Amino acid sequence: MIKGNFIDNLPKVYGIYTGGFLGFIIIMSICEQMGMTAKTIGICFVAFTVAIYAIIGYLSRTAQADAYYVAGRQVPTVFNGMATAADWMSGASFVAMAGGIYFKGYGYMALLVGWTGGYVLVASLLAPYLRKFGCYTVPDFIGTRYGGNLTRFLAVVVLTVASFTYVTAQINATGTIASVALDIPFQYAVYVGLVSILLCSMLGGMRGVTWTQVAQYIVLIIAYLLPVFWISNKMGAGFFPHFMLADEVARIGELEQQFGFVANSKENLAMVPKGLAGITKAHSAVNATPWAFISLALAMMMGTASLPHVMMRYFTTPSVKAARKSVGWSLFFIFLLYSSAPMLATLSKLSLIDPSLPTGIIGKSIAEVQSIDWYQNWNQANLMFVSDFNGNGTLELNEFFMGGKAVVLATPEIAGLPYVISGLVAAGGMAAAMSTADGLILAIANAISHDVYYKIIDPKAETAKRLVVARVLLVVIGFAGATIAAMEIQGILGSVIWAFDFAMSGLFFPLVLGVWWKRANREGAIAGMALGLISGAGYLIWVRNGGSGFLGITQLTFGIFGSAVSLVAMVVVSLMTSEPNAATQRMVDEVRVPSGKSILGRQH
Amino acid sequence: MSKQEQHWEKTRGLLIMTLAIWFVFSIGIFLFGAEMNEVTGPFGYPLTYWFTCQGSLGIFVILIFWFANRQEKIDEEFGFSERGDD
Repeated sequence: MIKGNFIDNLPKVYGIYTGGFLGFIIIMSICEQMGMTAKTIGICFVAFTVAIYAIIGYLSRTAQADAYYVAGRQVPTVFNGMATAADWMSGASFVAMAGGIYFKGYGYMALLVGWTGGYVLVASLLAPYLRKFGCYTVPDFIGTRYGGNLTRFLAVVVLTVASFTYVTAQINATGTIASVALDIPFQYAVYVGLVSILLCSMLGGMRGVTWTQVAQYIVLIIAYLLPVFWISNKMGAGFFPHFMLADEVARIGELEQQFGFVANSKENLAMVPKGLAGITKAHSAVNATPWAFISLALAMMMGTASLPHVMMRYFTTPSVKAARKSVGWSLFFIFLLYSSAPMLATLSKLSLIDPSLPTGIIGKSIAEVQSIDWYQNWNQANLMFVSDFNGNGTLELNEFFMGGKAVVLATPEIAGLPYVISGLVAAGGMAAAMSTADGLILAIANAISHDVYYKIIDPKAETAKRLVVARVLLVVIGFAGATIAAMEIQGILGSVIWAFDFAMSGLFFPLVLGVWWKRANREGAIAGMALGLISGAGYLIWVRNGGSGFLGITQLTFGIFGSAVSLVAMVVVSLMTSEPNAATQRMVDEVRVPSGKSILGRQH
Repeated sequence: MSKQEQHWEKTRGLLIMTLAIWFVFSIGIFLFGAEMNEVTGPFGYPLTYWFTCQGSLGIFVILIFWFANRQEKIDEEFGFSERGDD
């Protein structure tokens, strides 16, 4: 099915797919009217979408190295944009982002700016040049540009540390959603999630992942936007929320003034279940110092430009020109979701705290709130909690607590939307987490199979053998990730942010200077990667163990320190050692020109 | 100066311009976040709030497409654009 013909028919194929998915939603809502239970609907949504991804994964099977590693370099710009957007937007973006904005306001929105602004760096500094290079993986570029097995190996180490930190969080998210939707214990659900992830990538490698990611993007964007628009219309807040919520934002500000942010005592807070939070920060006011905001945004931007699973998506475009345009499309598709998250947070918050709305609970009696159906459901799921701290019998703003995930998961139900929407949201969250996990696992497995096994250990290996090794690694890494995810060590968002910091500590400057500074040499790159990663990780460990930190660099922004060390080390060591040989300098000149052959052959 | 050097000089010029615009909307304006938020921005949102949830994000999208087009022009000017289409 996936031959040249398939590429020409892409708009039609995915058009039919989108229509089919919308039809499925309608059928499900009819079933709901006819009395299908909420649980069955949830199972149908998750099972149906995962089955489709598995079919796409099977149809994309391949025995060719360039199809397995870079999807045959024939993915058109717009579709690569969708695939990148799905690759990029993780379970955290989908489930946790609106919640973060809801609770932390401005200080958190640095992530929105950081996770989009990074694409400007990707487009202008790196993607087109790495595409011209013709590499299969990011370490492939580092290894060839700087030469030597040690540089290649260090790049694989940084890539693995960053991506593995990230992937456990994604497998964790697929497990959480699968356990809720299919009603099975989390420890097993993690492996159900893993099997779904591997179904997409095992047979087709990058080609399979590309075409499933496009399908996953379509599901996740419908699942995010439909409820936002629906809720906004239902509340009478405006038919196009993005342009029409100014009054609602202002109203939240008024209510915050009226209620005030009352601080709870330690004893009272100890009664609140773990992971739930109250509203303690202003919604739209500036509540963070400029440096706190800027440093977080900067770390995320530089991390974006260093994360290999994003970069390798631009190796799949047909040309350098297409790679550049494709970055623009990626960001456009990401923008559609990111610009909606603050709107969802606004709608969710207002519908809960405004006493003049029928859904508002602040100011009602505690007993009344505790008798609401949706409150009972989400209280049972450990995502909502109220307590009468001051004993006046009425719910105050500081007496209401919610989990971050509840903003996305519970708002449709609170606003009175049919259950079919909740099923859709579960399918969307699953798509978001699966697509990112696939990209990450593939990035790690490809780097180890191509760069460590083929380039360092056994350069004479046959294609068939290489692809077997690649697939075995894929499964091994997936299981390792799932095993760690099953232990539930840290929250979803924390580990996602660390991944960005690790990546920028070790890879940002070696990648950028590899293109933009001809004088950068092997010794410099080795120093930059090794010292960058070590100092970044060291700073994280120090701060985690009670270290005070400096310059306001926190455990969320340790990459700023790591990358600064990396830059200094790379420049100093490069200048102290001899300049790269003539062949390498010619290679850099070649990379800077879009036309002509790529540096590495089509099959390498 | 060879054709290739000229091409690279122009490319670098475009990069600096792109990064300057990027810097303004990702970092520069947020130095004055508190002051800017007093101003009413597009669609009636407080200005800083609007930039964080729509403005900066949208500007980045436009900036990348603008950059891609300019770079294509530069490549064409020096005859370095690729044959075939995307």
